[in-house]
Amino acid sequence: MVTIHVCIGSACHLKGSYNVINGLQEIIKEKSLEEKVEVKAAFCLGECSKAVSVKVDDSPIYSVNKDNIKDFFNTQVVGRL
Amino acid sequence: MEKVRKFENDVQLIKYLVLKEVSKLALEGTLEEKVDTIPNVIDPGPEPRIRCCIYKEREITKGRIKLAMGGDKTSKNIIEVIDAACDECPINRFFITEACRGCLAHRCSENCPKDAIFHVAGRAYIDQNKCIECGRCKEACPYNAIADVMRPCKRACLADAISFNDAKKAVINSEKCIQCGACVIQCPFGAIMDKSYIVDVINLLKEAKDNDDVHVYAAIAPAIASQFTYARIEQVVCGIKALGFHDVIEVALGADMVSLHEAKEFAETIGEKGVVTTSCCPAFVSYIKKNYPMLEEKISNTVSPMVAISRLIKHVDPKAKVIFIGPCTAKKAEMMEEELRGDTDYVLTFEELAAMLDAAEIDLENCTVGELNNASYYGRIFARSGGVTEAVEHVVATKGIETDFRPVKCNGLKECDRALKMAKVNRLDGNFIEGMACPGGCIAGPASLHHGPKDKNEVDKYGQLAIEEDINSSLRIFELEDINLDRK
Repeated sequence: MVTIHVCIGSACHLKGSYNVINGLQEIIKEKSLEEKVEVKAAFCLGECSKAVSVKVDDSPIYSVNKDNIKDFFNTQVVGRL
Repeated sequence: MEKVRKFENDVQLIKYLVLKEVSKLALEGTLEEKVDTIPNVIDPGPEPRIRCCIYKEREITKGRIKLAMGGDKTSKNIIEVIDAACDECPINRFFITEACRGCLAHRCSENCPKDAIFHVAGRAYIDQNKCIECGRCKEACPYNAIADVMRPCKRACLADAISFNDAKKAVINSEKCIQCGACVIQCPFGAIMDKSYIVDVINLLKEAKDNDDVHVYAAIAPAIASQFTYARIEQVVCGIKALGFHDVIEVALGADMVSLHEAKEFAETIGEKGVVTTSCCPAFVSYIKKNYPMLEEKISNTVSPMVAISRLIKHVDPKAKVIFIGPCTAKKAEMMEEELRGDTDYVLTFEELAAMLDAAEIDLENCTVGELNNASYYGRIFARSGGVTEAVEHVVATKGIETDFRPVKCNGLKECDRALKMAKVNRLDGNFIEGMACPGGCIAGPASLHHGPKDKNEVDKYGQLAIEEDINSSLRIFELEDINLDRK
């Protein structure tokens, strides 16, 4: 199971972290990866300047937004499956 | 750096100074060794502030320091009297002042049902052994010469928990006290104070600094909207992070969770219960348990926003410790309730937060990056009277819940008592009692930095700033079925 941690702390929330979570959930559903990938909310990941901060398992922090969300999924998540 | 803070009065100022000094030494790690130096810092002398001598003032300060460090560990009561500070105000409620003209009509004695007023040398006097404190003499006197000098603590205590001992000192009956803190703000001598967990919180933050397995979260009550008049909320949040907190979360998000759960619980149980009360205000809940035990089963089984947000934070981050920061003294008792133990780790007040920020010399003005945002408008307005009702109404309407929701908003303990009396005899005009012990709601809480008439508007304005429009939106990413929101 690959876990994507999306920060929902205030700074990331303001930058749209709820939309990022919903976006990732949609991609997972589209690709029928529910059994292999899960999205989890997290609080402050420590790099608020990168809002929305996202981590895949123990990866470094990526900055994700609604425009690069597909790219992010394809480059950082798919490779781990 | 000494900042000029505006305090409502010197009682609040001195409490702040004591909390600040205790925090400062706790931060330095020298509290045990240097605690005895604090009275001289607070009361440098040589002249006393208001008491008979500087030594008495320092003795009183020692009492405040003890409470700032957790108070009487053997007592569960949060509110304590500082014996040395209690000025032994007159116990007799009515007395006749110099304004008495010794008139011919004697309306005072004519109206006294107990024949307790006598006249000597052109002045009226009250025989205190006969007086039953009905107040009719006071109402009758055309010169307004009769003063009602009921002790402010006793007058403030609607739970009737305050009495006086043989030494005329105020005594709190913990069987009756609901920890609302009304006496704390009303005592003009600052002789009643709430216990503080500020030292425990500072020690926990220190522990977390060196231990990555402990994440200390600050959960901020929505009443903050009207609190830090000298700084913006963003700056306060930034300051809290600088104290070493891992993250700062809105309790209003917990309030959103509560509204949703409360609305569902209401629809499911109202048929059987007939009437339901809110459970957000711990002083109100305690008041029901102590004064209307027959209505205890009517209290909503939904947890309070404080507990809801604590459980959510711990669900998301198992390493979390949660510190609730709000305007309330009763929350300090709520966190220790048996079925809620372990949810919220400590409760701090806004007063204590301000003292801690200043003790750590955190300059809020230069603090820029900070946000506080997660909850919806509805969660944020929980801080004022009427907010819970509006939020539950909103859920009932938007979720299409079919139920007969007839709220009775009780603003302050007096109104709560009236509604509970009616509910007891099945004559309440409504089926949902929103009870808040403090008149105005949490924004008027006893440990607020600021009690003002404009505060309600501040809360509404703050609510409107929420980017999540409603509860469905603010909660859309949480798997709420995994979080238990029942009290028991």
